[in-house]
Amino acid sequence: MADIEIRNVYKIFGHDAKAALAMAKDGLDKADILARTGCSVGLNDVSLKIGAGKIFVIMGLSGSGKSTLVRHINRLIEPTSGEVVFDGSNILDLDAKALRAFRMRRVSMVFQSFALMPHRTVMQNVVYGQRVRGVSKADAREIGMKWIETVGLSGYDAKFPHQLSGGMKQRVGLARALAADTDVILMDEAFSALDPLIRSDMQDQLLQLQQNLAKTIVFITHDLDEALRIGSEIAILKDGQVVQVGSPSDILDNPANDYVARFVQRRQGRPEKHG
Amino acid sequence: MFPDSLNLSIRAPVNEFIQALVTNYGWVFKAISGVILKAVLFIEWILRGLPWWLVILAFMALAWQSSKRWTLTLAVGVLLLAVGVLGLWDLTMQTLALMLMATIVSVVIGVPIGILVAKSRVVRNVTLPVLDVMQTMPSFVYLIPALMLFGLGKVPAILATIIYAVPPLIRLTDLGIRQVDGEVVEAATAFGGSPTQILFGVELPLATPTIMAGLNQTIMMALSMVVVASMIGARGLGEQVLNGIQTLDVGKGLEAGIGIVILAIVLDRITQGFGKPRTEDARNG
Repeated sequence: MADIEIRNVYKIFGHDAKAALAMAKDGLDKADILARTGCSVGLNDVSLKIGAGKIFVIMGLSGSGKSTLVRHINRLIEPTSGEVVFDGSNILDLDAKALRAFRMRRVSMVFQSFALMPHRTVMQNVVYGQRVRGVSKADAREIGMKWIETVGLSGYDAKFPHQLSGGMKQRVGLARALAADTDVILMDEAFSALDPLIRSDMQDQLLQLQQNLAKTIVFITHDLDEALRIGSEIAILKDGQVVQVGSPSDILDNPANDYVARFVQRRQGRPEKHG
Repeated sequence: MFPDSLNLSIRAPVNEFIQALVTNYGWVFKAISGVILKAVLFIEWILRGLPWWLVILAFMALAWQSSKRWTLTLAVGVLLLAVGVLGLWDLTMQTLALMLMATIVSVVIGVPIGILVAKSRVVRNVTLPVLDVMQTMPSFVYLIPALMLFGLGKVPAILATIIYAVPPLIRLTDLGIRQVDGEVVEAATAFGGSPTQILFGVELPLATPTIMAGLNQTIMMALSMVVVASMIGARGLGEQVLNGIQTLDVGKGLEAGIGIVILAIVLDRITQGFGKPRTEDARNG
């Protein structure tokens, strides 16, 4: 079980990050800071509490900083300022070795464009996390087989990624994250590249897995339908700032502002349009 | 006219530097020279000691291994046979030994430097201009000091060949590493892979086709140096070409020239085969 707390995280991209950070803290907006310092503000004072054992969805349009945010949780991106607290300890204090151990055992990740290693078989991809931590080939294989079966790819273990369809590739991506046996799985637009039918299949599968395994899942998406379907809690991000955090019904019933309301309306408008 | 008062020659200091190097540190270069010479002679001893048909079979096996095509395998056999028929077998083996040695040293130097160039901006900014100089500086300019430091014969020839032939390997290793899909590297990092594990498990395997293209270029450029190398006492096909030109024996020169071309074709096709990705469109994740 792992609680994640993101505290006042800022991320500035560009050379003059210090000045830009000061401006962001003074409350200047993104466009102003860009014009004055040439730096773009990726995240602006983001604070979130992500409870253990649930699916937490971070939703936003492209450029809202959601992929940047999720990469702070396993420190693929370092914040310019702020804290990321994982189970009570700040992961920004970890040194290189401790950080690797943390990534091996606590957090795994599923990527939008799969990020499978093209020169490795499905099995070798799935057990990558186990192998880097030094598990023997035979033991890793056993673990790998179990998860390949769970995601419904039995018989494909010796195939290479290029021999699989998009949906199958992402199942491999999911199996790889599951096989790493971590408390937390980060999913960065994991289903966005899949077509609608496969996508809803994968969503069902994820919900089912979540029921059985009780992992903490941080799910990034740009699609409100997807967010409402799988999330127990949803954070909506705009221009690097959190606009609203709440349960799906909160979001639907009490949109915090016009921006959220527009999302919700468009969604409610949809069934009528399609009859 | 450019005013004489503004002349600043680096001639004297450079000459003095080389002179001092030869007198004070001659033994260092002699030791290096000895090691390289031993290695070359060893390779040559193997190649010339083996029966000719075994060498041809070995090359055919390599060709098959790299391409899985019978036509290429047979062509390699026939071409090498032609070298023997032209009476160039021994000279070809001498040249091959020289080439192999230069290539091995090039790989040992070139691949690690290429990796550093890909990883570090500083190394990159320093190395790339140096590579430009190495590729454009006329080879005779460094052939003479090499001669003074290492003596006449195979060793300066190999060193000059390396200076000329290693840049494409460095460049293409750099390119190959930088071309690896960033998201795949990110994924390996996210699962806790260490920089070493990522380099050897992800980056180098995915860069292999590009690195092999670099190796292929290195071998081709090394072959283009054999005639120049023969001018400072390296034996082999280059010497024969030089001999032919000096005695106006066009036929002799052409024969040896054909030998070089055949060696080039054979080595080119074999290394190209190894450079092709094993699985088709292996680049799409």
